[in-house]
Amino acid sequence: MPPGGDARIPVIVLTGFLGSGKTTILRHVLRHPAFSDAAVLINEFGEVGLDHVLVGALDREPVLLASGCICCTIRGDLSRAVRDLHDRRQRGEIPRFRRLIIETTGLADPAPILSTIAADPVIRHHFVVGVIVATVDAVHAEAGFKRYPQMLRQVAAADRLIVTKSDLALEGTTPRLLRRLSALNPQADIAQASHGAIDPALLQPDDTTTPRRWIAQSAEDDPSASHGAIRSFCLSSADPVPWSAFGLWFSLLVHRHGGRLLRVKGLLDVAGSTSPVAIHAVQHVIHPPEHLPDWPSDDRQSRIVFIVEDLDPDLVRRSFTSFMRLSTPASQVQATGAF
Amino acid sequence: MCGLCGILGGGGHWTDGVGTGQAAAVPWLRRQARRERVALGNAVLHPIGLTLSDWQGSEFLLRARTGATTMVGTLTDLWPKAERLSGRIIDPLDPDFLDTLDAAGR
Repeated sequence: MPPGGDARIPVIVLTGFLGSGKTTILRHVLRHPAFSDAAVLINEFGEVGLDHVLVGALDREPVLLASGCICCTIRGDLSRAVRDLHDRRQRGEIPRFRRLIIETTGLADPAPILSTIAADPVIRHHFVVGVIVATVDAVHAEAGFKRYPQMLRQVAAADRLIVTKSDLALEGTTPRLLRRLSALNPQADIAQASHGAIDPALLQPDDTTTPRRWIAQSAEDDPSASHGAIRSFCLSSADPVPWSAFGLWFSLLVHRHGGRLLRVKGLLDVAGSTSPVAIHAVQHVIHPPEHLPDWPSDDRQSRIVFIVEDLDPDLVRRSFTSFMRLSTPASQVQATGAF
Repeated sequence: MCGLCGILGGGGHWTDGVGTGQAAAVPWLRRQARRERVALGNAVLHPIGLTLSDWQGSEFLLRARTGATTMVGTLTDLWPKAERLSGRIIDPLDPDFLDTLDAAGR
């Protein structure tokens, strides 16, 4: 997500339901040298502390872990905690961390966290959402999905999914879960952790090559996969997309139905633009679109993959077409700044 | 902040900066782009009794038939203000609303 050359600090959001192994994974990753420049904000303390010796000291003040990472708990609201961490960094009170990991509470819908980073005028100047990673407990996921809808929202919002506790799950459970996760969020990378051990790259922010992969996946996958009220589908358009009309349509769709747009990710052939434009939204939060250097293949169709809750894919497609028709080729000009 | 009207500078909108770039730098292209946006906005807003117009090339004016007027900075502002001013919910997935749009687009 962070565009190349972006000097802002990438934020890695680590989400996952209660007991799904977030802290265990964090503990593993923070030992890796690549994360020695990380700051960590923890939204809750479970039974597994990052460092048992430091748990008591983690009460209010940021502390330096043995790995070199800075760690503190969120006591007030998130925006205050992030601002405070950044202020201390600027004043030289803590090391100049170059990435921020936010471990959410297990019950959290990640969208408000993204909204805080994207909407707070101070925070968005210094930080950018890098990657959203969700842990999924192989033992309890099936039952959890039925009882706790926020688990599905966490899965839908994620760029990467890490399946934990596969070694404890009954035979056949993990393959079934992997198929389900893949159908629910076809664009997410899915990995399995073994006792918290994962490839640390899973917590590294996306780069601009990623859309090649997820667009390829969206093209190969079943265009419409349903999980109760939650389903994913792909909207395609062979015609170049008029950006003004798209902005009008998508902003209205997000305004009226943002809570049901669990995730939207797409690559657009914007009229008047020589390079493809990647778009990405989670619920009401729309990330700044990115111009990518080139197309993943010769296929230049615009494709947008939606993961929605209680929305009719056919109506979304029809709405897109109706709005794009408002913009006649003669009236189109190159897209510009304001509005 | 504008010294005359006291409007704070916008914080940037996700639709900013997409395209091949010339329009932002060339004044007449920028004006043309704003005209297109106003025309598109009106195609959606006229059926519910609202009119959008450019204001000083920096903001937009949203006006109801009653004469009630409000300033709009970005698309994010537009929809809640349009719903407040018209007293109606604007649903892009409402088939009746889409029928109206289709008629306007012909």
